Amino acid sequence: MVALAESEPSSLRVQQVSKSFPAPDDPLTRRQALNNISLSIAPGELVSLVGPSGCGKSTLLRLIAGLDLPDSGELLVGSDQINEPSAARGLVFQDPNLFPWLTVRRNIEAGLVARGVLREKRNEVDDFMRLVGLEAFADAYPHHLSGGMAQRVALARALINHPKVLLLDEPLGALDAFTRMRMQDEVLRLWENRRTTMLLVTHDIDEAIYMSDRIMIMTQRPGRIDRTITNALARPRDRSSSEFLRLRADILELLHFAGGSISSFE
Amino acid sequence: MQLAVPVAALVTFGIHLLLSKKAPPLETHSYMLLFWEILAVSIVLAIAQSFWTALRRKMRHLWPIFTAGILLIGVWDVITLGFHLLPLPYFPGPAAVLRSLISDRALLLDSTWHSLVLLLSGYTLGVVVGLVSGVCIGWSSSVRYWGMPLLKVVGPIPATAWIPLAMVVAPSAIVSAAGLVALAVWFPVTMLTASGISNTRASYLDVARTLGAGRAYLIFRVAIPAAVPNIFIGLFMGLGASFLTLVVAESIGVKSGLGWYVSWAQGWAEYGKVFAALIIMAGFFSTLMTLLFKVRDRVLVWQKGIIKW
Repeated sequence: MVALAESEPSSLRVQQVSKSFPAPDDPLTRRQALNNISLSIAPGELVSLVGPSGCGKSTLLRLIAGLDLPDSGELLVGSDQINEPSAARGLVFQDPNLFPWLTVRRNIEAGLVARGVLREKRNEVDDFMRLVGLEAFADAYPHHLSGGMAQRVALARALINHPKVLLLDEPLGALDAFTRMRMQDEVLRLWENRRTTMLLVTHDIDEAIYMSDRIMIMTQRPGRIDRTITNALARPRDRSSSEFLRLRADILELLHFAGGSISSFE
Repeated sequence: MQLAVPVAALVTFGIHLLLSKKAPPLETHSYMLLFWEILAVSIVLAIAQSFWTALRRKMRHLWPIFTAGILLIGVWDVITLGFHLLPLPYFPGPAAVLRSLISDRALLLDSTWHSLVLLLSGYTLGVVVGLVSGVCIGWSSSVRYWGMPLLKVVGPIPATAWIPLAMVVAPSAIVSAAGLVALAVWFPVTMLTASGISNTRASYLDVARTLGAGRAYLIFRVAIPAAVPNIFIGLFMGLGASFLTLVVAESIGVKSGLGWYVSWAQGWAEYGKVFAALIIMAGFFSTLMTLLFKVRDRVLVWQKGIIKW
């Protein structure tokens, strides 16, 4: 089994962050994507962020990853300010974005190569391939993989850097219902034995309830966190239990009042 | 089916025997030797394939095209030697060309060697410079700002148009020819490399950055691999341009190589030799193309299954 978190999971704080982009139709006006957003995630916590399309969830995730910089406000991992991308904050997108020119093994190794530590840590590659159950596909190229397998490679590729925070941007959104449920368990298993702090952006309320400790609900344009719901259901959770369904109804209700139309949810 | 090639060889040679009353016996002799060889090899293969399945599969694929090729030589013989449909001495028959090929083999081999050296040195130089300038233009927006206009204005000038200038500037004809070949290769390689690099999917770069990648990783392990399919298109276009430039440069300034050989033979009205050199060029250039295809298939093995090959 893989050594448990090599670096301790970190807290994540977003303080009064705003971000605007030039409007696509008129480059002179700027459109507010995030307005004064604040949130805080404890070390080892798994938090979901749900909200209607275009509410700025992905923008927020890119800011936390360090791929974009905020107009104002602060983002902190532990006590360190975020101002550039770092291997300490892994990011998995809806599209696995595997490098098509590298085999599964080399894709998983990518983070080690990028950080120049492949030589010392090569032995971990096999551990991570086993962790996501892809030993048999080590030498396959990404286009030979199914969607679920490709996303498992993407997870392993992010995890091999032992990130303090793992950011998941609708990672299971493109998978069919069965694969998605299986992958939810898989991600939970990874989280449970590594206790990495995770922030999961999702469209899927069931997924948010099934997986996370807390659920943050975002409003649309400019994005703000409207409400945070603590999810105290015992794990492993039963998707058809009455508590589960009650929580689901509550969240749908909230989303309705938050201005998101239900139709934009799957 | 398996006997198609030997039969075609017999037919073609039969045509020649019927027509060759007037042709010099020396030509007929070497032509005959060639067909004996084809006959012998094809019969041996036809027998071997009956118990060698891998060979049979290969033969089934190649036989029709070989048969057609041999019959085509017969048609050529009919047109030239038979009915004199094409004016002599410009269009000699296949036996005369074969004779030239054999009698002048030493000079042809030497010319091929010189062409190969010139081509490879020019091509290598053009590719190396083209890759470097392409990556710089594709990656850095300030290099693109200054470099792109130059590339767009100077690049499309055919390399051969620089010949007058190159002959003045370069210390020797060989150097100027190599430089022209390099210039011809440089343009497509730079253009395609630059567009490949700047079209790298932003999400690949984002992923790499969240994995801890620095600039060197982003350029050499993300942008360049992503651009390789494009780069190969540039390499193919450059190879085609290099053949053209090579032959023109050799026939004008350089005193060696296949391009020179063709214009020299033409000067003596020895069109058998012209055709012999054309045959050598066909084999020479298509071999280089095939080699480049093989390299591409090797490098881009990850594309197999994504695109139609």
